[in-house]
Amino acid sequence: MTAIAPSLTLVIVAGFLIAAGVYLLLERALTRLLLGIVLASNGVATLYLVVSGPAKGAPFVGARPAEEMSDPLPQAMVLTAIVIALASVAFVLSLAYRQWRITGSDDVPDDAEDELIKRLADRDEVSSTYDPDTQSTTTADEEDATA
Amino acid sequence: MTMANLLPLPVLLPLLGAALTLVARRKPRTQVAISLVVLAASLGVAIALMWGTHQQGPIVLWLGAWTEPLGIALVADRLSALMLLVSSFVILVVLVFAIGQGVADGDEDSPLAIYFPTFLVLSAGVSNAFLAGDLFNLFVSFEMLLFASFVLLTLGGSGARIRAGTTYVIVSMVSSFLFLVAIAGIYAATGTVNMAQLSLRLPDIDPTVSLSLQLMLLTVFGIKAAVFPMSAWLPDSYPSAPVPVSAVFAGLLTKVGVYAIVRTQFLLFPDSPLHNLIMIAGLLTMLIGILGAVAQPGIKRMLSFTLVSHIGYMLFGIGLATELGLSSAIFYIAHHITVQTALFLISGLIERVGGSTVIDRLGGLAAASPVLAILFFVPAMNLAGIPPFSGFVGKVGLIQAGVADGGAVAWALVVGSVLTSLLTLYAVAKTWGFAFWRPRADQETDQTFEIPTLTPNFGRLSDAIGAVVAQQRPATPIAPPAAARPVERAMPPLMLGAATTVVIFSIGLSLVAGPLFTYTDAAARQMITRDAYIKAVLPQEVP
Repeated sequence: MTAIAPSLTLVIVAGFLIAAGVYLLLERALTRLLLGIVLASNGVATLYLVVSGPAKGAPFVGARPAEEMSDPLPQAMVLTAIVIALASVAFVLSLAYRQWRITGSDDVPDDAEDELIKRLADRDEVSSTYDPDTQSTTTADEEDATA
Repeated sequence: MTMANLLPLPVLLPLLGAALTLVARRKPRTQVAISLVVLAASLGVAIALMWGTHQQGPIVLWLGAWTEPLGIALVADRLSALMLLVSSFVILVVLVFAIGQGVADGDEDSPLAIYFPTFLVLSAGVSNAFLAGDLFNLFVSFEMLLFASFVLLTLGGSGARIRAGTTYVIVSMVSSFLFLVAIAGIYAATGTVNMAQLSLRLPDIDPTVSLSLQLMLLTVFGIKAAVFPMSAWLPDSYPSAPVPVSAVFAGLLTKVGVYAIVRTQFLLFPDSPLHNLIMIAGLLTMLIGILGAVAQPGIKRMLSFTLVSHIGYMLFGIGLATELGLSSAIFYIAHHITVQTALFLISGLIERVGGSTVIDRLGGLAAASPVLAILFFVPAMNLAGIPPFSGFVGKVGLIQAGVADGGAVAWALVVGSVLTSLLTLYAVAKTWGFAFWRPRADQETDQTFEIPTLTPNFGRLSDAIGAVVAQQRPATPIAPPAAARPVERAMPPLMLGAATTVVIFSIGLSLVAGPLFTYTDAAARQMITRDAYIKAVLPQEVP
């Protein structure tokens, strides 16, 4: 394998897209998460262009000598990755729509169970199972979360 | 050569089954029949492959008739054959449980039609991950099983499941991006993604580049396996899924991550400087996971936290990187897949009989249903590692390996694993004491749903509870409606039978512990020496 000098522009573009994507992935609203996924996946796809090296001729067997062909393998991989990213976007979009239909907003809510246990800790109380005689403070029933 | 032609079947059969069940989406009986036949056939193939790899060493098949190092290779060595066998068995049993639950609830016309195809795709993804011979194929199999799990986790689309599903989807996607970045880096550095070729080429590249690639892969698989700093998503998302879904997730998905850690760390980076890092991550995973389990009032949540915690045991064995350590870790993976699936299936039965899985609201189950009590007791003790069960055997192996290593970190893990085992015993004994042993009169009679008095800071919480309440209304496809369920409803025979089968299988693991340890020793030796694997994949490049 010959050493290839990576294209600096593509590296910077990929880094910028991934950074913007990660920033959006830290948001709470599902539509922003969706945009984050789009940006980050495009950034990752750009990395594969860096990997495949400078653009050369189409890699058809026999059309040209091997040194003048582009490396087809990263292109095959990135094509798979792009298809997977497309499916991810579709799925997150449907999640966002469903969330909006149910709660009227597309924010991801906190986990009720976690919050309840955190409140017990904040109030320095023991859990309800510590002593059966104490009044239960467990409110969100697990079965309700599972039904 | 005939054995090699079996290799694609555990992937192809479920995918073909998924297509057929999609076509037959209005005929539930046909769907059931197709799924059963396909998964039973996969189990048969897995048995044949395990026998074959044990007899003649790693089996390799190059797909698509490319010149050899160019195509996609499927490889089965002892480790992947064992994983394939255990996972096919567990998937088949969980399918039977799901069928039992569907039949019992009479929902032959409900929107369950998507369950069978998705479940089969999940099965294909898991098998493909175990058989993948190159990193990109491993990535594709992760995506297959992840997308199937996205659909299964959000089945029915109720508020709680959407919330849990969102966390899971986003975390999984971040790990997939990282995996792609790692693959790009590896391809740029070595010009291949085939794992056998990588194991020959990676020693030649700059060690700092190799270390950063190794760390990236470890992070990716650490997220999938729920290793401590990356484990928070798991207890958050698994408990809200229907039982036949969370059982198979708990049994298999994290173990696929652990398998990928074993495969990449041992095959690609044999002189790893990260052993101590893996062991420390294992220690933290054990302790923090089990402390979470002790605090949980819900059985499914408690089980999810023990699941996280016991991943630490496997990391312990992987980090030791000795033959005994790795062998015990492999044994522990097989043990943990069965026992965790058994416990989740039984939590579904508890929900049916007791009407809840929150231990405050349960009581007297041992008197109400002695069969269920035994079914819970055996895997619970097995999980805690009480002799003579397989959990004990695996833990003893790990502790022996830790003592033999003798380093400070190894001793910390020996102490940590004993402590985790004790705390696991405490967590399951608490569940046993509340749900099964105390008189029914002690359980909380108030079945109504209290809304906590909310302060304005808890705006997000009210959303979540609102969503939880909102989903009490309609019945969802797999789990029966929780409210107003008659207590002490009889357990459907198929569900009971499926749960019993897994429990018996987990007891069987301790009965065959001797031969199984011989097998895992051989598997571990094969992983550590690497020669057999590389030679089987690339006969022309290795002398």
